[in-house]
Amino acid sequence: MSTTLPQGHSQNPLLREYGLDRAYDEMFGADGEIRPQYEALLKVLTSLPPEELQRRKHYADVSFLMQGITFTVYGQEEGTERIFPYDLLPRLISAEEWDRIERGLTQRITALNLFLHDVYHEGKILAEGVIPREIVYSCQHFRRQMRGLQVPRNVYVAVAGTDLLRMENGEYVVLEDNLRVPSGVSYMLNNRRVLKRTLPHLFRSYGVRPIENYTQALLGTLRSLAPEGRPEPSIVLLTPGVYNSAYFEHTYLARQMGIELVEGRDLVVHDNIVYMRTTGGLKRVDVIYRRVDDDFIDPLSFRPDTILGAPGLFNAYRAGNVTLANAFGTGVADDKALYAYVPQIIRFYLDQDPILNNVETYILADAKHRQHALANLDKLVVKAVGESGGYGMLIGPHSTKEEREEFRQRIEANPRNYIAQPTLAFSRAPCFQEDGSIEPRHVDLRPYILFGDKVTIVPGGLTRVALRKGSLVVNSSQGGGSKDTWVLRQ
Amino acid sequence: MLSRVAESLYWTSRYLERAEHTVRLLDINLGLMLDKSHTSAERRWLLVLAALGNPPHIKWEGDAYRLVQDLCFDATSQASVVNCIIAARENARQVREEISTDQWQRLNRLFHDVSRARAERYSDLQFAEFLPTVIDGVHLFQGVTDSTLSHREGWEFLQVGRFLERASATAMLLDVYHREVVRSPEESVDAYEYLEWVGMLRSCTAFEAYCKVYTADLTYERMLEFLLLNSNFPHSIRYSVDQLHRSLTSVQQQSHQLNVDELMRVSGKLRTLLGYDQISDVFAAGPGNYLRRILQECHRIHDLIYEVYIQYSVQTALAL
Repeated sequence: MSTTLPQGHSQNPLLREYGLDRAYDEMFGADGEIRPQYEALLKVLTSLPPEELQRRKHYADVSFLMQGITFTVYGQEEGTERIFPYDLLPRLISAEEWDRIERGLTQRITALNLFLHDVYHEGKILAEGVIPREIVYSCQHFRRQMRGLQVPRNVYVAVAGTDLLRMENGEYVVLEDNLRVPSGVSYMLNNRRVLKRTLPHLFRSYGVRPIENYTQALLGTLRSLAPEGRPEPSIVLLTPGVYNSAYFEHTYLARQMGIELVEGRDLVVHDNIVYMRTTGGLKRVDVIYRRVDDDFIDPLSFRPDTILGAPGLFNAYRAGNVTLANAFGTGVADDKALYAYVPQIIRFYLDQDPILNNVETYILADAKHRQHALANLDKLVVKAVGESGGYGMLIGPHSTKEEREEFRQRIEANPRNYIAQPTLAFSRAPCFQEDGSIEPRHVDLRPYILFGDKVTIVPGGLTRVALRKGSLVVNSSQGGGSKDTWVLRQ
Repeated sequence: MLSRVAESLYWTSRYLERAEHTVRLLDINLGLMLDKSHTSAERRWLLVLAALGNPPHIKWEGDAYRLVQDLCFDATSQASVVNCIIAARENARQVREEISTDQWQRLNRLFHDVSRARAERYSDLQFAEFLPTVIDGVHLFQGVTDSTLSHREGWEFLQVGRFLERASATAMLLDVYHREVVRSPEESVDAYEYLEWVGMLRSCTAFEAYCKVYTADLTYERMLEFLLLNSNFPHSIRYSVDQLHRSLTSVQQQSHQLNVDELMRVSGKLRTLLGYDQISDVFAAGPGNYLRRILQECHRIHDLIYEVYIQYSVQTALAL
């Protein structure tokens, strides 16, 4: 892999370690010329004394700490809190690029909702053989309890966080649809708030589209999904509780929306009506923005050992007396094997070509695909279909022989459980380093899509960064961080 | 307000009040122990244990510092100071979004101070330094609570927990002294006994306040009157019950809970009793009986708070 310094910038001490390789660089073109939207950013960074950048980075650190945007580290010094790693430099997205992303995501969420309605009703797409039945019915997130159940506005996925990557040619592709309980949106909002204070002049000069209305839009989306006859719905956020790693986000969103943050034990179901226990008595609940997985939400209908849910909740839902966002069983549409069929799903329901393409994917349940993949394990990334957060993965080029052998056995034992994708050289964006210089690191992008009476995508998203040099893993559980994402007005 | 949140706030302040009370009792008795008094070491520390409700798992084994160590740091005892602080912090953590950041940081710091103290095994001298820091920590939390949290329903639940704990603990303490130390109210006190009475007053932070009202002339009747019936002193039972009743009234108004008649009747009756009774009434009933009755009423109020606000049955709630 050849690395070259961008032309004309090799004298810039900030960029002394900045190299280009075959991955798309967000700041420099392949010819080493700076991309127009990054010019002003680089100019400002170059003009600031190095200590000034360090100082601002420190200021931002303190600001995160003070706002309590931290995660708790358990173990010896119980209760010590660390800040979520983040990068000071914004990732810039032009208006044109964003327009395409927005249209592509809208198309995708629309098609996936139609798909979910279909598989839980007539199953036309299965009857016509577009998608093999076994892919759907063998999915661990398929919920037969949802069969024939009518959900408000036919919206199954009200909140999605879709992971995009940018390929070598600059095209954005979809890596993953997170349609169950996507998280991270509080980091998007807080990154923005901190960065606005850290680089105010730069922010103003760029004409960045605002994202602050996300929580309001989320509330509007939830309200639009209330059961019929409940014009002033009472909306709550259901959290698994204080030990969940996203608990900070749950408290943050509940506070920003001004709704109650409830746990399963706060809810009571009586005669198929859901109530919360308050000091003023039982108060009816109409819409639950739930951040608890399907399995744990009702011990009577799903896992009997759960204490995170409320007994009888699913029956109340079936009776149409309460809305859950997202609906049950949406996981069947973000299964990694089903993912390979999303382009067909878009064509089938919308009769359109996908605006955002998929990453090439081998379905290992398919004998031909499997044969190819097993022969090329050292070049591919293998993922378990039901996992997320970067768990259950084999990254071929970075794996040992033993690891590959282990995965080969696992795949052969249960091929339906795995898919394989080529190792992607996804894009890199400039990141601020401890020593004050700037180096490129791999990034992805997770925009958040809201679907209620309309589709809303706030212009931006969570840009996740693989902070370690050369690393391709952006998950926060495994050494990733994040940075603010600026969608430009033009 | 969610019932779970109210419950957590109630216990946060109750546990902190308990930790403060325990620590003060230990601190004062460690001091008194230095003067040779009639009271043998064994008698003294059995009295302390009784005043704390004889916590299970903790026994007098002949060594005062060992006992203090256990009451502060014993991990197996619910009543130990460290477990009270842990319980307070865990309750606060469950409702992190309901309390202010300043409150949380204060409580967290107290927790870390106590955990550190537990890790280092303390010598006798260090205890004398450690115990007051716990009291300081609880006071700072109360100050921060009053100045950074809106005085609404959540704040009122914090007051309910604190003053209910204070009224019960004081009643228990007075009852134990009444049984163990008092012979007859008319007898004058000698120098050693005087020390014991000072100890009792100081266990309620009441020595100086008492002297301002009655001078340093200590008689049992006056001390009992002061700690039971004084309307202005924050550690007297009457003051605690007044505050408790005021907070319960405010909670009722803010929550719009309808099913409160029995709770307000019991708490109002106790308040009225302490408000209109004179010390002669207390002696007519017998101080021991009188104090145990207060204790029973406090338990009853606790149960009723649970019945009304926290663990009410679904049927009752739907019937209203």
